[in-house]
Amino acid sequence: MALAQAQALVPNLHVAEATPDEDEASLRELARWAINFSPMVAHDPPDGLWIDIAGAAHLFGGEEALLDDLTGRLTRQGIAAKAAVADAPGAAWAVARYGTGGVVPTGRTTDAVATLPLACLRLPADKLAALHRLGIERVGQLAAMPRAPLVRRFGRDVALRLDQAMGHVFEPITPLIPKDTPAAAHAFAEPIGRLEDLKEVVRHLSKELCRQLERLGEGVRRLDLLCQRVDQKSVCIRVGTARANRDATHLAKLFDERLPTIDPGFGIEEMVLVASKVEPLMEKQVQARGLGEEASEADMGQLVDRLGARIGLRKVYRLAPVQSLVPERMARRIPALAPPTGSVWPENLPRPTRLLDPPEPVVATALLPDHPPRFFIWRKVKHTVAKADGPERITPEWWNGDKGSAARDYYRVETEQGGRFWIFRDAPTAEGGRWWMHGFFA
Amino acid sequence: MQAGQQDRLAALRLRIARLEGGVHKTKPLPFGLHAIDDHLPGGGLARGALHEMIEAGLASEFAGCTTLFTAGIAARLKGPVLWCLTRRDLFAPGLFRAGLHPDRVIYAEAEREREILPLIEEGLREKGLAAVVGEVTRMSLIASRRLQLAAEATGVTALVIRRWWTLAEKDLVHLPTAAVTRWRIAPAPSELMPAPGLGRERWHVELLRCRGAEPRTWIVEACDAKGRLALPADLADRSDQAADRRATAS
Repeated sequence: MALAQAQALVPNLHVAEATPDEDEASLRELARWAINFSPMVAHDPPDGLWIDIAGAAHLFGGEEALLDDLTGRLTRQGIAAKAAVADAPGAAWAVARYGTGGVVPTGRTTDAVATLPLACLRLPADKLAALHRLGIERVGQLAAMPRAPLVRRFGRDVALRLDQAMGHVFEPITPLIPKDTPAAAHAFAEPIGRLEDLKEVVRHLSKELCRQLERLGEGVRRLDLLCQRVDQKSVCIRVGTARANRDATHLAKLFDERLPTIDPGFGIEEMVLVASKVEPLMEKQVQARGLGEEASEADMGQLVDRLGARIGLRKVYRLAPVQSLVPERMARRIPALAPPTGSVWPENLPRPTRLLDPPEPVVATALLPDHPPRFFIWRKVKHTVAKADGPERITPEWWNGDKGSAARDYYRVETEQGGRFWIFRDAPTAEGGRWWMHGFFA
Repeated sequence: MQAGQQDRLAALRLRIARLEGGVHKTKPLPFGLHAIDDHLPGGGLARGALHEMIEAGLASEFAGCTTLFTAGIAARLKGPVLWCLTRRDLFAPGLFRAGLHPDRVIYAEAEREREILPLIEEGLREKGLAAVVGEVTRMSLIASRRLQLAAEATGVTALVIRRWWTLAEKDLVHLPTAAVTRWRIAPAPSELMPAPGLGRERWHVELLRCRGAEPRTWIVEACDAKGRLALPADLADRSDQAADRRATAS
């Protein structure tokens, strides 16, 4: 439609010059941001992004959660976006643009694509028009046609696009590596596949990467290793560090645990090590061991990295005191390398070393309403209480959202055999309070 | 025994100590109790070695006593502590009761039991740590040997708490391992107080196995706020005990 015609149809139409170059630049910028979600991101001009989330979705709590997170973040930035997750890139492309978006379950790709219009196949305009002339509107109709005449009449690419959308053929994604990101690459004349070779290459690449980082004065927070296989499939591994680091041997070691999970197939022909997240890192003066207390601090960072490479950095943590007396709320997780809080729990507070979560009901008998129990039955075993201390009343904290819960009266009891338990009653006896086992003392 | 024989014995002991990789001539960690320290070779718990703790008695699957006993040892060592666990039943304010400051402890939480041993070994290879505490159900002879070697190489003390969740697993705990010492802690009835209330808790501490010492049993009072044990006044010789109590209080 010509501009004059459009202006005639809509009286005060806002007209802006198309700026394809700027669009592509900002799309690249967006792709670079999307590397937060997965190392395998490619931009798809004019308006699309591929993100290969294989092996990355669980970090966000599943595919749907990842999709919500991604679209939510984009919306907050003022970008209207539609997203879909599917088994094949072509299918995801089609469902995001012409379908309802969302997650296409594994194995249901054909059904999801069949009802979509033909435009979702990424076909050239002339081929699309020719198919429309034949009365073919939906992908399902095209898929039902005999293959040989289809190829003869419309060429191979129509069949290829159809297969790509159905997930029948593999479609490679070339991961985008932003220009100014420190990266080290190695292409091999002959494809490699042995684990020892991979390890050696990773060591080599990490040395090269660290030289670059040294020039930039930066340290790595997140590393991606991309392996390009002979059959054009890419495999990637992502590791994180707890604090900026550019020790080549240490970084190479983080991959040791994960390298055996790479399936080299017929061989790997290129490996790229990308520092996808970097932070400024200044050289610190190293102190000889034994001269100062601070000497061991740097080592903790490396230990946390190595543990994190095995079980995930979120699973390595410290517990910091919280100003609360409700047992379930007395500690919160902080990163393992957070600066020392210096705060502690109130001293001489009798607290068990192990807590039952949730508390287990016990049947208890007290001699008088406010007395500690004389007997209690827990897990079908009867315990006779020899000595007891209490009650210690812990009231719910309404400012922390405890609405329905009641005040608890805690007793420390020692049985005849010497076992010490922390049990509580959730209301006064007159109001029908029940007894619960909550913890175990030393 | 003749003087010549004694010399020969001493020379042999030295050779064995060298064979056992006694490169780290660090002083063992004393418990501060003469009764225990005099019995242990070197006068305390060897640093840079693997020690195993087993809980006995009521609710032993929760290892309440053992946790405090271990925390007390870790608290008396200097430096950060790595605590490897699978279940989230540990209550950190309880550890602070034995003097283990929350800033000193890094927790590593594995999802599966078999991930724990590699985590402990990874921690033992880090020289800057004071101790690595691991909560383990299954530990084979070979795995424990690995941990022992790793601990010897760096001088980090490994403290393994044996946990169990089913009765079948309970028996696994008694299979042999390469640990230098094996302890069994059980609660014991505490001193009767003149008024209603609870006194300091008491433990039945059993040294089941120790390289270079006989098995033995003590009844001790639990860790105080600095992680130190004490001998019960009514069980020990009173004058000796008074000195011990003063020593632990200082």
